[in-house]
Amino acid sequence: MSQKQFMQNPWSNWMKGEGPDSDIVISTRLRIARNLRQHPFPLLATDSQGEEVVRKVTEVSDSEAMRKRHQLQVIHMDQINPLEKRVLVEKHLVSPHLAEESRKGAVLLREDESVSIMVNEEDHIRIQVLLPGFRLNEAWEIGTKIDDIFEKNLNYAFDETRGYLTSCPTNVGTGIRASVMLHLPALVMTQQISRILQAINQVGLVVRGIYGEGSEALGNLFQLSNQVTLGMSESDILSNLYGVARQIIEQERVARTYLLEHTRVSLEDRIFRSFGILMYARTVESKEAAQRLSDVRLGIDLGIIPNVSPLVLNELLVTTQPGFLQHHAGQKLTPDQRDERRARLIRERLRVVDSQE
Amino acid sequence: MNCEECGKRPATLHLTKIVNGEKTEYHICEQCAHEKGDVFTGFHNFSINNLLSGLLKFDPMQKNGRETATNKPLQCETCGLTYTQFSKSGRFGCSDCYTFLGDRLDPLFRRIHGNTQHSGKVPERTGGKLKIRKELEQLKQALQSHVASEEFEKAAEMRDRIRALEQKMAQS
Repeated sequence: MSQKQFMQNPWSNWMKGEGPDSDIVISTRLRIARNLRQHPFPLLATDSQGEEVVRKVTEVSDSEAMRKRHQLQVIHMDQINPLEKRVLVEKHLVSPHLAEESRKGAVLLREDESVSIMVNEEDHIRIQVLLPGFRLNEAWEIGTKIDDIFEKNLNYAFDETRGYLTSCPTNVGTGIRASVMLHLPALVMTQQISRILQAINQVGLVVRGIYGEGSEALGNLFQLSNQVTLGMSESDILSNLYGVARQIIEQERVARTYLLEHTRVSLEDRIFRSFGILMYARTVESKEAAQRLSDVRLGIDLGIIPNVSPLVLNELLVTTQPGFLQHHAGQKLTPDQRDERRARLIRERLRVVDSQE
Repeated sequence: MNCEECGKRPATLHLTKIVNGEKTEYHICEQCAHEKGDVFTGFHNFSINNLLSGLLKFDPMQKNGRETATNKPLQCETCGLTYTQFSKSGRFGCSDCYTFLGDRLDPLFRRIHGNTQHSGKVPERTGGKLKIRKELEQLKQALQSHVASEEFEKAAEMRDRIRALEQKMAQS
């Protein structure tokens, strides 16, 4: 896939809506942070030191061992425009930090976008695996194999006591951050979510909005990830996260059943109202879009709205973001223009699906 | 408790500011915090690293660290990062900073991770010795349990594998 296609194509593998528990778990993400010995971390590195790291990493990504498994395309952050950067962020392929603040930052992308390797983000290498549904172990298998190929060719900064050495003390040790993106409308509606979030913080896990640190939980989407990286093995970290996510998924299912059994009419009313607004509105703000899309998605998952695929919603979650809208329009848009385009895009997508079936 | 600003919405943010030992508490709702952004300067950019530097500033090791006050400042020989810089930014400059800061990092790691020792994956190529040592530990444990359950054939097998690994260690 060419660089242009990565930007134009709204689809990433993680939006496919497939995989285990995909009615609740949108995607699974795993990130592995690694650094090279004897190179200053990206925050301190000069431009030429940064370029050197990019060169070394891309050499390995071009090696036979890597090409056998993954065809990776390199995108240099200083060679794309701000809107294109934003699209990569909205598709969760790069972090806002890499897009906006890093110098000599680059990303190596696999065609289906399930693997993206950031170079010179906060750490020299950040391997990211992004899969649809609840697939922690699979994500780790893919990530650790890529890690092994890099390790065979590069001198990693590793210490027997501290493990993999990272730029930030919160990532040291295993360097892994695993997360699952959960759609939890019923737990929000039944007001159980805050109780659950409090409990989560007590077991070494953390919950964030869908665009990472500091972002809010738009459209009832919550990102659950591990906080501790030192002293626990990768399998401990993954099974801890797995166990807690499993519990939350079950709780969400119970809450959905409860709502269906006890408040069916008002639940249907809410869902169809949102569906109606999205089908006919002429202007929609991003926050409202996220909330209405969440309602529609719940309606689909519960069989209340037939004939709409949840895939459309995953796609819309990304394509109605400001960067994507503007990139498609080929120009900068005012917030009002964006709201109008967003409404049109959603109408068109929902209608196409509705008439297809 | 209701928000101190608008008095209507429940306060969800609780801030404690300590200036020269004087403590002031704020209880506000999220909306007012956004609106009053300028009152809480830097609030929106509040990141994990600000928190870390908060942890580091109260590091008792730094308080009585005479060497930092009287001698020349501690500095990583490779990248030049000083302890003061680290405690401000909460980030390392290079991988050698870990060696330079050494045991001083233990309290910080204990506070973040509840632990100071890595116990996960070890790189195949550069972590060779550690890998063997870990394998040895596991084999020795297995040997003990086989002896305890009187499975002597299996125990002998473990003993041979331990010897082979120990030789490998001595050679490398």
